Amino acid sequence: MKGIQLDLISEDKLDAMTSMEKVRLILDEVRNGKILILEKGLTPNEQTKLIELTMTEIAPDEFSGIEIESYPVKQNDNLLNKLLGKTTLKTRLTVIGPAAQLKTIKKSRDLISALVSP
Amino acid sequence: MGIIKRLGINFSWLKRIFKKKRARIGIYGPPNAGKTTLANRIVRDWTGDAMGSVSQIPHETRRARRREGVTIESNGSSVTLDIVDTPGLATKIDFHDFMVFGLSEEESKRRAKEATEGVIEAVKWLDDLDGVILVMDATEDPYTQVNVTVIGNMEARKLPLLIAANKIDLPNSSPSRIHSAFPQHPIVPISALEGQNIELLYQEIAEHFG
Repeated sequence: MKGIQLDLISEDKLDAMTSMEKVRLILDEVRNGKILILEKGLTPNEQTKLIELTMTEIAPDEFSGIEIESYPVKQNDNLLNKLLGKTTLKTRLTVIGPAAQLKTIKKSRDLISALVSP
Repeated sequence: MGIIKRLGINFSWLKRIFKKKRARIGIYGPPNAGKTTLANRIVRDWTGDAMGSVSQIPHETRRARRREGVTIESNGSSVTLDIVDTPGLATKIDFHDFMVFGLSEEESKRRAKEATEGVIEAVKWLDDLDGVILVMDATEDPYTQVNVTVIGNMEARKLPLLIAANKIDLPNSSPSRIHSAFPQHPIVPISALEGQNIELLYQEIAEHFG
């Protein structure tokens, strides 16, 4: 059967990886034509790292970059954090694929609709 | 400083007196949102100069440009800014997209290469800023990855962010869509091209970055 490989990566696996390991894994897999769904998304800092590294790998007629879509981060303002005056950011599900094959049709706060082409 | 801390002396009143009145502000956004048009308007209004050229072809700005000492006065308050006009942020750059605008293959490939370097430069600048004006195209879907990434970075760094909902001169613009997407941040609907609401933007700049 022909098709596009879809890998769903769990939060536990992502938590066990460093930022650079995550970014490298994503780029390597996407360059191999896979589409990744991350249960827990990337931090804002990891997102910018991924953008930077993607830019260094873009090559005419070979790789034009990535399509990445995630829901906006949520502020984790539970009672303990509020009492301590802290706010942490909670990242959310993220879809990443080759720009040539994955195209976002529509995105809202809680819905990502995308088109995958072979 | 350690001794002062240990003694528990509060010098916050001193901080207020010498409140920072000069801030380095980056103008960010996706390609073709109107960043350079806005930078030109701000710099022209307050210094008489311009910052860079604008074009319909995406990624016209491929090097960050900094203009120092732009003093903005509004409603009795004043702020002096170093304004950094950054290249458009993107996650993909395909040279074929430039050929649609009539550029040759060679020109398009060169533009794409320079654009990738520009994106890296824009990302690097995030480390050296005191705040950001995020320019969004009010005719487009606001939930783009570029917008989400810039906002997430500013929130993580706890730096001030002002959203300029640009292109309200176009009939299909919807600044309210941006407001409902990012209600936690101040939004000013503007037309950088026509100058609509630009005074309101200056008020917000003086308030948020002063």
